[in-house]
Amino acid sequence: MSNSNISFHQRSEAVFIWVLRGLALIAGAIVLLILFFLIWEAIPLLQQIGLSRFLTDPSWHPASNEFNLMPMLTGTLIVMATSVLVATPLGIVSAVFCQYYAPPAIAQLYRRLIELLAGIPSVVYGFWGLVVLVPLIGRLHPPGPSLLAGTLILTLMILPTIALVADATFANVAPEYLKGCAVLGLSRWATIREVIFPAARAGLITGIILETGRAIGETMAVLMVCGNVVQVPNSLFDPVRTLTANIALEMAYAVDNHRSALFVSGLVLMMLIGILVAIAEVLNRGHLYDK
Amino acid sequence: MSYPPSLYTEQLSLHYGSKPAFRDITLAIQPGEITALIGPSGCGKTSFLSCLNRLVELTPKAQLSGRILLGEQDVQAIDVIPLRRRVGMLFQKPNPFPLSIMRNIEFPLREHGIRQRDEIDRIVETSLKDVGLWEEVKDRLKTPALSLSGGQQQRLCLARALALNPQVLLMDEPCSALDPLSSEVVEQLIVNLRGKYTLLVVTHNLAQAKRIADRVALFWVQDGAGQLIEAGLVSQLFDAPQHPLTAAYVTGARG
Amino acid sequence: MTNETIPPRSPVLSPQHSRSEWLSITLIWLVVALVTGALLWLLTDILWHGIGQISWSFLTTAPLNAGRAGGIAPILVSTGLIVGVCMAVSLPLGVGTAVLLAEFTANESWFGRSVRLSLDALAGVPSIVFGLFGNAFFCKTLGLGFSILSGGLTLACMVLPILIRSTQEGLRAVPDDYRRSAAALGLSRTATLWELLLPAAMPGLVVGLLLGLGRAIAETAALIFTSGYVDRMPESVWDSGRALSVHIFDLAMNISGGESQAYGSTLVLVTILVCINGTVSWLAERFRKSRILVV
Repeated sequence: MSNSNISFHQRSEAVFIWVLRGLALIAGAIVLLILFFLIWEAIPLLQQIGLSRFLTDPSWHPASNEFNLMPMLTGTLIVMATSVLVATPLGIVSAVFCQYYAPPAIAQLYRRLIELLAGIPSVVYGFWGLVVLVPLIGRLHPPGPSLLAGTLILTLMILPTIALVADATFANVAPEYLKGCAVLGLSRWATIREVIFPAARAGLITGIILETGRAIGETMAVLMVCGNVVQVPNSLFDPVRTLTANIALEMAYAVDNHRSALFVSGLVLMMLIGILVAIAEVLNRGHLYDK
Repeated sequence: MSYPPSLYTEQLSLHYGSKPAFRDITLAIQPGEITALIGPSGCGKTSFLSCLNRLVELTPKAQLSGRILLGEQDVQAIDVIPLRRRVGMLFQKPNPFPLSIMRNIEFPLREHGIRQRDEIDRIVETSLKDVGLWEEVKDRLKTPALSLSGGQQQRLCLARALALNPQVLLMDEPCSALDPLSSEVVEQLIVNLRGKYTLLVVTHNLAQAKRIADRVALFWVQDGAGQLIEAGLVSQLFDAPQHPLTAAYVTGARG
Repeated sequence: MTNETIPPRSPVLSPQHSRSEWLSITLIWLVVALVTGALLWLLTDILWHGIGQISWSFLTTAPLNAGRAGGIAPILVSTGLIVGVCMAVSLPLGVGTAVLLAEFTANESWFGRSVRLSLDALAGVPSIVFGLFGNAFFCKTLGLGFSILSGGLTLACMVLPILIRSTQEGLRAVPDDYRRSAAALGLSRTATLWELLLPAAMPGLVVGLLLGLGRAIAETAALIFTSGYVDRMPESVWDSGRALSVHIFDLAMNISGGESQAYGSTLVLVTILVCINGTVSWLAERFRKSRILVV
């Protein structure tokens, strides 16, 4: 093979790798771009009024120059907390069912069902919640669009996340543990409670973190069923507005300071996710040191 | 056709990070002969082999010192792609590509600059005939190579290496993953290659070494790294070993 | 503890018939029934109310009366264009990055680690924040305005981590033996990549593509203020266009009397997604089975 042939190969390979590096650089830069533009759009207002007003203004009323984010931040956190509290046991029980209680055919069917749930887009959940659940709740206790509706819909949406992760985690628990318990004559539920749950701890925590992240970030479904009144809800039946719903509602017509304020709330959302990831890191690292 | 070259390693040492693989191997491989590398597992025979075609450079932490001469040339001075055309390799586990039988041989040929259809067809037929596969597969060259039996796959890998017209063939336990019948077939093929190529065969099978090799080199782990204990004609190592370890190993008392 | 003999064929977890066991069984089946019931309720509701809307004219005519009547043809075209732009951009970007990370970068290199970290972070960004970003960057700064292009580019950013992860998995699944024998034959890394590794990694790639596709079609929040609300037939990717999910949102929230059309659109959307997800499951099964055979 001639020398020029060799160096052509080497040169074209070098060029190819540089092209790949360029692509990877673009891909890696996107998240930085996002942060940059969030900050860029948020800065004008932040410079004007500082941080404290986002916590202490009378309420959220951009037209009257009021930018209190607290009611909506609280709304986000409450909706997140209630849905995670309901979805987690339901999801874990579903996974336990698939792994240890169901005949294999039914387990596979149920898994497919959960995967189906996972595949339904949020706008469809929101739509169904709006036309079916909200009127039902309204008959129970007006007005209808409420924290309760948001919790129920969001639970359906994040349940598959914890269920599928838990299912995979349980499947990975060493079968030697299970055989050891069977030999000792331990009941199924006792085995699950005492041996499998502790062994699956890391995976379950990951699942909970993932579903919490989804709950924080969910926009369309909560927008459509929660009523969107800017207030801290006093009961399950009160309407509530989350940070995400707020952005979606007002972005279309927000200008200047109002628009900046929405970007500030976008930064707050990123911060929440960041805190969540930090918690996940701490929990996982702590667990590693346990061993 | 030029006579196959000799191989010579001078004070060759290999480290993976801080762990030594082998130390100070000085070995002369005679041209056109079959040299068997024997010794227990873990004494660096496979690593040694991968230095000769610079395959060891794929391992990130590998550090090599010493010299390797292919004929008169230092192996480091030869560009790696033509080097690997001149020095072919056969692995322990047959690994044809997940392509058709024809493509398995055609693909490397194209990459090395042979593009004419009739040239390719000729080389494919010759190499398959050289390994005794032609009659078995000539009607199904387009079928997947992975549908062949283990023995056939290994012969295909040999054909693939031979198609590039190498001068040296490195074989890492080529028969150990095969059933006894296929093993015998491949062994016979290796013997047929003597004289046309310089062959280096790593093997655990002492009887095989005695059957096919002209010369033998014994590797052993000493002081935490592989060392060359003794090298010489097969008759010498098996009938009149000079080193006590050799004597013990070839009579099966140790290792 | 003496070695108790395990009876042959004993199930790994033998059910026992104590009272607490019955209680836990009942509760578990109750939960399963609840979840199943909720899903079936949702699906039958959509099917029941939506099926009456589906007709050839529904799929091929334009919306009338702000969407209360007519069809969704321009919506389907816009959705197709948005998703098309998204995949056209994210595919080369995603596959290229995955190939670099899997094949051409050492695990410890700072470049590889930074890109991986950045992609993990990207995967966690909420969709509404993508909408904010898309609006600020594509619509405003790059001057693309409300357009299919803006929407598609925003979705490409969102879908990228999914595509990269899946392609990487596909490449990692290719046994190292192939790379070694290709190297021993003196084949260049690029030739090995194009002829051997990428074709072998195709299942991972295709799964990633379909997952990304599904995510893009389902997305609403990122599109509302990047590709806009216009429900006319788009003339090019520079026009604003309404995606199917956005159409459902608008009909449900802003248009009184739009419910029936929303049901029809919802049925179409859910059907498309069920098909995509079904294909992914089927491919994943086939992929698993073929790997077992190859060994």
